[in-house]
Amino acid sequence: MYVVIAGGGKVGWNLARELIDKGHEVTLIEQTRRRYLTIEEELEHAVQYGDATEMWVLERAGIQRAELVVAVTGDDEDNILICQMAREKYDIPRTIARVNNPRNRELFDLLNVAPVVSATDLILRLIEHEVPSFGLVHLLDLHAERLEIVEVEVTPAAPAAGRRVADISMPEGSLIISVLRKGAGFVPKADTVIEAGDEVLVVLDPGLEDGITGLFAVES
Amino acid sequence: MFVLIVGAGRVGSAVAQSMLAQGHEVSVLDHDPLSHERLDAGLASSWEETGGRFTVGQGIEVEALREAGIDDADVFIASTSGDNTNLVIAQVAQKRFNITTVIARVMDPARATWYAEQGVRTICPTLQAISMFESAIVEVS
Repeated sequence: MYVVIAGGGKVGWNLARELIDKGHEVTLIEQTRRRYLTIEEELEHAVQYGDATEMWVLERAGIQRAELVVAVTGDDEDNILICQMAREKYDIPRTIARVNNPRNRELFDLLNVAPVVSATDLILRLIEHEVPSFGLVHLLDLHAERLEIVEVEVTPAAPAAGRRVADISMPEGSLIISVLRKGAGFVPKADTVIEAGDEVLVVLDPGLEDGITGLFAVES
Repeated sequence: MFVLIVGAGRVGSAVAQSMLAQGHEVSVLDHDPLSHERLDAGLASSWEETGGRFTVGQGIEVEALREAGIDDADVFIASTSGDNTNLVIAQVAQKRFNITTVIARVMDPARATWYAEQGVRTICPTLQAISMFESAIVEVS
C-alpha cells in the first residue's frame, strides 16, 4: 500500500517507520527544515521537505496514487485541509486525521473529515474506563510544589455522603475545591451537602490520599 | 448589516474601520489583544466608542466565534494570517452558521482557486499582485 503522511513529528515519524517495516511504501512530508534533515538521515528518500497543505508538495509526493493519506501535523486546520483536498481533489478513498485540540473535533465532523484520532480523548476515555470506580484519580501532580489535585467519586457508605462540607473533618492539608454533580461542576460552600455519586475534587499535600479515600470512597 | 471579521491584521482592521464608517455593525475577533490598537488607529475615540466590537479569541474555536456574534452575522470575513485557518473557518461560517456572504483571504493561488471552485469565495492578494506586475510590465514594454 502507498501511504502519504503529512507531519514528521513523533507520531508521523514513528508511523512512517512502522509502515515501512511492515513492507508499505511511504512518503512523509515535513515542513521544518531541521526536522526534515534529521528524519532524512534515517528514512532517506521516504521523507520530503515542504508544506503538506500546498498542492504541488502533495503532488510531488505522488498523492494521486496514494491509497491512504494520514494527516498528523500539530495544526488541526492543516490536518482538516489536507484530508479535505486528498478526498475531494485527489479522490483518495481513505484518510486519517489527528485532532490536536479535542474542542476542534466538531470541525472535523462538520467538514466530513473522518476518521479522526485524538490522543487526549483516548487518554481521557482510558481514565474513565480503566481506573476503578473506587479510589482516587490523580488529575494533577505538582511535584516541585508538593501539591496534588485528585478526583474521587463519593460512595453511599462513605462518611462524607449526606454531610455538609462544614461537618466533614478533612485531613489537615486538604481542601474540597469543587463538586461535579449530574454533569455540572460547582464550588461548594460550607453548607453544601455532599451526596453519594458526586465527584469531588480535592487539593491536598502528597501522602493524604488514604485519609481522603476513607472519607469519600468507602465500600459498604 | 452585521459584519464579522476574524483576524485584525492590516487587511482585517482596515476593512473593519471602513465598514464601521459606512454605518454597518462590525465585530472583530482576533487572538492577539494588542491587535485592538490597529482598530483604534486614526479614530477620534476608541474602537468601541466609535461603535465597534472586539473579542479576543481563536477563530477556529466555535465558542469564540459565538462570543463575537457569528449567530447574527450577515457577512463573514476570514482574514487571519493563516490560509488554512481562513479556509476552515469560512466553511464553518457557511455550513454551520448558514451565512450567505462569506469571504476568505487566501495567499496561495492554488488553494484560493480550488476552494473557489468548491464554493468558498476567496480573495487572493498574490494573484492580484501577479496580474498587476504583468500589466505594469506590458505597459512599459
